[in-house]
Amino acid sequence: MLIKKPADIKSSEITPRELYLNRRQFMLSTSAAALAFTGVNFANPPAQAQSAGKLANVKKSNFSTSEKLNSLKEITNYNNFYELGTDKEDPAANAKYLTTRPWTVAVEGEVKKAKTYDIEELTKLAPLEERIYRLRCVEAWSMVIPWVGFPLSALVKLAEPTGNAKFIQFVTLHDPKRLPGQKIPTMEWPYVEGLRMDEAMHPLTILSVGLYGEVLPAQNGAPIRLVVPWKYGFKSIKSIVKVRFVDKQPAASWNMMQPQEYGFYSNVNPEVDHPRWTQATERRIGELRRRKTLMFNGYGEQVASLYSGMDLKKFY
Amino acid sequence: MLICLKPLAFIICLIPVAQLAYGYYSDNLTANPIEYITRFTGSWSLIILLASLAVTPLRRLTGWNELIKLRRMIGLFAFFYAALHFSTYMVLDLDFDFAAIAKDIWKRPYITVGFSALVLMIPLAVTSTAGMIRRLGKRWQQVHYLVYPIAMLGVLHFYWLVKADIRRPVQYGSVLALLLGIRLAFRLTPIVKTWRAKGSTPLLPSSAAPRGRKEVGAGTERSA
Ligand code: HEM
Repeated sequence: MLIKKPADIKSSEITPRELYLNRRQFMLSTSAAALAFTGVNFANPPAQAQSAGKLANVKKSNFSTSEKLNSLKEITNYNNFYELGTDKEDPAANAKYLTTRPWTVAVEGEVKKAKTYDIEELTKLAPLEERIYRLRCVEAWSMVIPWVGFPLSALVKLAEPTGNAKFIQFVTLHDPKRLPGQKIPTMEWPYVEGLRMDEAMHPLTILSVGLYGEVLPAQNGAPIRLVVPWKYGFKSIKSIVKVRFVDKQPAASWNMMQPQEYGFYSNVNPEVDHPRWTQATERRIGELRRRKTLMFNGYGEQVASLYSGMDLKKFY
Repeated sequence: MLICLKPLAFIICLIPVAQLAYGYYSDNLTANPIEYITRFTGSWSLIILLASLAVTPLRRLTGWNELIKLRRMIGLFAFFYAALHFSTYMVLDLDFDFAAIAKDIWKRPYITVGFSALVLMIPLAVTSTAGMIRRLGKRWQQVHYLVYPIAMLGVLHFYWLVKADIRRPVQYGSVLALLLGIRLAFRLTPIVKTWRAKGSTPLLPSSAAPRGRKEVGAGTERSA
């Protein structure tokens, strides 16, 4: 029975064969994971009902890693999304509050084509790709996640930034009814993040609308979130409602709160420790032993040139 | 009464371990079990430590003197969970990498204070036997005043390790402040009463009066 189900969802269509085989290993390891792969999202049935759905025509990408994937159960039940609660399991439990339709994203600021996009339109802006990326959290754990999305550069090009546009600021939805964690003043709401223009245009930088071939679950930042795989996870802002082109380095939530602990760049860097814990090693979720953290989370070949000449100990 | 009170407290203090074992076997310790176990044992160590500090105020407020017989066991359980907590960190998290552990203790203030709290708990655990209590006599009490800095270091450890949500460490800190505040009130009451009673007939119950006077007396003598 466990063997038969995955064939129904044809996961081999969206992931390379060796990953597909990996998944089969997972299934055998825990029945819960097996359930997850059949598409039965037992973790939050009510929340998923409104947004669940398979994404069509998802292309594979050469940017994907062939490492062993984390299970859907791990990816959707171990989240840092303070707007849905500060414990790791809170976002899955509170996912039901975050309704994601209707949803619009305003593109504004230093652009020629300012526009408010409907989420449906945004999802069709560019061909969807599966990007299997490592995600390295600033708390020294990591996962391998099969995102579905499209390059942020596609949206930037459409907006036609003016010569003044040097940075982009992203803003999360501010609505304590749908994001009840915002009723608690843990941080200043809404959450904001930023990228330098060349970082935003880099082909690795995507806007994600899906996970494991399906519509993005609320706890992972539905309906649309940023994914910047060479930076600590908190840079990859969730549930975006505003993309604002600006001429100066914009405010970023963690950076504002504790500038000596979280830099604006926050590139994964094993040589610059967080003041309160080491960044030299990390625990890959599902593994027992720590592994060495790689510079730029292993994406140095693609992104190191963005920072040539910069002292990364200073601009952490 | 006492006969069932002690085993009952013993069992209650073991519930978290059972919960952890059950969580382990039912694969329910989140996607990051090592982090979960670290936080779980750390939390229970501090909660039980606060419970041990609540014994004396409760006893004095309720007059239920038998409670005192639970204090040693509860205190030892706080040490037990702290030891589990540290073992999780040393064995599961850092895999006996003593260089990394030493660096953490030296460099990370939250680990420095956590480690200090654990080290300070050791003499309390060692001197908790009946033999030691007898042998140390009055000094035993002095050694066990260490529990106050230990609890403060535990709360500080928690406060320093959270990233943004300070609600729980603040709650634990408030409980500690309350428990210490009650003690201060107990200490001051007889003194105040003594001052009030000065020159008139002592209104104090005979048990409390000499103690209060002695303390005031000792203080004046020293400062003189
Ligand atoms: C050498 C001694 C100690 C070390 C190395 C240590 C280390 C740690 C670590 C690594 C964490 C988890 C941090 C995180 O996940 O972000 C933690 C959490 C915690 N520890 Fe300790 N600790 C020590 C002693 C203690 C003691 C003695 C107590 C209690 C009296 C204590 C109470 C706590 C509490 C309450 C938490 C937070 C639990 C939570 O987040 O729910 N720790 N400790």
